[in-house]
Amino acid sequence: MVDFGFGIVPSSRINLDLFDRAKFEALATLEPDVRKCMACGSCTAVCTAGTFKATSLRAAIEEIQNGREKKALEMISGCQLCGKCFMTCPRGINTRHLILSIVKIYGEEK
Amino acid sequence: MSLLDISTLAAMFPAISAAQASPEVIDRIPSSYSDFVIPFVAGMVFFLCWVSIGCVRIFMKIGPSDQAKFWKSLVNPVTAAKNVKDLFCDCLFHVKIWKRKPLLGYMHSAIAFGWFMLIVLGHIEVALFLPKHLSPRAGGLFYPIFYRYFVWINPGHETLRGSFFFFLMDFFLLYVLTGIALAVFKRFRSIVLGMKNTTRPSTPDRIALYSLWLIFPLRLLAESFTADLSGGSFLTLGMNHLLHLVFGDSLYFQPFWWAYSICLGVFFAAMPFTRYMHILTEVLWILFRNAGLKPSHPRKGVSEAEIYACSSCGLCLDACPMNVQRKNLRFSSVYFIRFLRRHNERKINAIADKCLMCGKCLALCPVSVDAPALRRAQRRTVNNLLPYDYSYLARTSAPAAAPFLGSAAPATASASGPVEAPSAEKVMYFAGCMSHLTPRIIKAVEGLFKASGTDYVFADRDGGICCGRPLLLAGKTDAAAEVIEANKKMIEEAGCGTLVLSCPICYKVFSEEYSLKGVRVLHYTQYVKELVGSGRLRLRNGGAKYVYHDPCELGRGMGVYSEPREVLGLVSDLVPAGHERKESLCCGGSLGSLTLNSRDRDKITEAAVSDLTVNSPEAIVTACPLCLATFSRKSPVKVRDFSEAVLDNLSA
Ligand code: SF4
Ligand code: SF4
Ligand code: SF4
Ligand code: SF4
Ligand code: SF4
Repeated sequence: MVDFGFGIVPSSRINLDLFDRAKFEALATLEPDVRKCMACGSCTAVCTAGTFKATSLRAAIEEIQNGREKKALEMISGCQLCGKCFMTCPRGINTRHLILSIVKIYGEEK
Repeated sequence: MSLLDISTLAAMFPAISAAQASPEVIDRIPSSYSDFVIPFVAGMVFFLCWVSIGCVRIFMKIGPSDQAKFWKSLVNPVTAAKNVKDLFCDCLFHVKIWKRKPLLGYMHSAIAFGWFMLIVLGHIEVALFLPKHLSPRAGGLFYPIFYRYFVWINPGHETLRGSFFFFLMDFFLLYVLTGIALAVFKRFRSIVLGMKNTTRPSTPDRIALYSLWLIFPLRLLAESFTADLSGGSFLTLGMNHLLHLVFGDSLYFQPFWWAYSICLGVFFAAMPFTRYMHILTEVLWILFRNAGLKPSHPRKGVSEAEIYACSSCGLCLDACPMNVQRKNLRFSSVYFIRFLRRHNERKINAIADKCLMCGKCLALCPVSVDAPALRRAQRRTVNNLLPYDYSYLARTSAPAAAPFLGSAAPATASASGPVEAPSAEKVMYFAGCMSHLTPRIIKAVEGLFKASGTDYVFADRDGGICCGRPLLLAGKTDAAAEVIEANKKMIEEAGCGTLVLSCPICYKVFSEEYSLKGVRVLHYTQYVKELVGSGRLRLRNGGAKYVYHDPCELGRGMGVYSEPREVLGLVSDLVPAGHERKESLCCGGSLGSLTLNSRDRDKITEAAVSDLTVNSPEAIVTACPLCLATFSRKSPVKVRDFSEAVLDNLSA
């Protein structure tokens, strides 16, 4: 193929109608802290799993709100529950439980 | 003379039937049976059936290998000796409670040991003195309990042996009664016995509790009313004289025996549904525990014995760091166990997820019920099923180990690639996730390595993977196994004989779950102690006033209390904290809890800080990166890591 020096990026359009409010409320009941995230990205910066595989709690929360649940799960599937994000989160979010809760609500049992 | 006596007696008590005179001392036998024993016998039979079925059920749930282990442990002289010792110390004398709260210990041992002696002595009396024509088969179940009703002595024929037993029986009855009096008192004013919080009894608990309170006073009344006929000693005979003074010559004792029997019957019938079941189950649990059986399910098999061994004594209530806020009392181990017994899944999960896994309830539990382990087993039933994807471990475990093998270049280190056999000289330092978040620890530890000329490699200099313990604490055992496998491979390939950890959480899991052959696993406090002992690190006393905080995973978790204190004692004036060693308080930052939010954690941290600073130290010193970070946020005084405190006080 000829290299034009640019490529075609997949569409980044978000369909907010896909956002499942009932599921999100269920998540917020399990771990109310999900509402506290301010998307600062500290959790992502320190993430242990992030060294090896794109892992980001910030992104996961965002993707859920954007209605892209699969993507959200993907962003935390490598998490080792090490707790670094919990120690750094400026909002004091209970990140480990949030991660477990997201998997519980949006994931399927293996 | 006996004929005369019997006829006058028979006139007094219609229940008495004529009996043949026995040639022995005892020849006034009222009857070999009386209706009043029915409530007791019914309750007891029900209880015994329940217990036998329970035992069979528990054994059926235990795997064959564990069963074999159990039977073997019974004949092994070492475990057998430990069994006997534990049964006496834990079940009867409650030594563990004595040590902490003497009055509470007295209360528990009075009821347990006193009652035990009453039962044993009752059986001895029956064995020694039961007249020939009373066949033990007819009333074997109730003669020892109602001995004084069924066996009377002739006045003046009391032998020395007999009165000795009468004395013992009265003595132990009094002993139990004092225990009961304390127990009643404790219900209303627990603080006097050293307990801030006591358990809320359930309804069956209450029924059993009140009948238990009544059993012994009624026994005293029944035996006192009968004492002039059956014989007695200082207590019952004394009471008997008083009763004669009040009620005149004829004492109608039947109602008291009925009441006594009914209370016993109610108690035993209610027992399987109450905390008092622990009286028997504790025995089974101690045998299981000493045989080394571990629960694999939160409430079946071994753990069934374990959860029924809890006496609801409530000692874990005051122990739990969460209970600085009263609203958290309901998450204590005692209630966790209660809901496990009731199979209340929703509440079980809520309680299981809240705990910090600090291990203090286990350390203080008089019967060593490992509630934190049961909680982890419970978490496993939920969280181990959640999907995860660690495929990156296989792809990256080599690079994770590579950076330190190739490029470890600390001043004194001479990492020259993998060696064949692990050499004890060669040290591997694994910082772990938490130390990476507190780089000051890594800096100080490396400083100590250099100062002592230690030949070391830094396993996760560029960030490794987690040790696996946080996953285990969350109940994700399968995921943890993958992480452990990857780390293990990395360590074994490096060929270091000593592994030094700066995080107690790592230290615990590397010691207990990794089974690294030929590798000594040390916490850095232990390693520094060795360096100081061998003269490779020379310290001076800087004169600062420090207090040392025992991290849970290091202290209660791994039993390392003295090494850090000995070293810190060399470099500073160590002042004691309010609670130390086994009793130390969690900092509140623990990864053990899944659901505790930051506000509740802050309360725990504040309580721990104020407990640490009772003797106004200049700094709090701890040996855990998590404690360091947690305390730093809340402490009014400086918080330092062990390694920093040592590094600052090296003598040139
Ligand atoms: S707990 Fe999970 S998401 Fe958070 S830092 Fe550790 S690996 Fe990353
Ligand atoms: S650190 Fe906390 S607030 Fe920041 S993005 Fe992560 S979860 Fe959200
Ligand atoms: S778990 Fe142990 S300390 Fe807690 S109530 Fe039961 S027996 Fe007592
Ligand atoms: S382990 Fe600690 S936090 Fe958990 S229940 Fe026991 S005392 Fe409380
Ligand atoms: S952070 Fe420290 S004090 Fe708190 S639970 Fe862990 S080891 Fe214990």
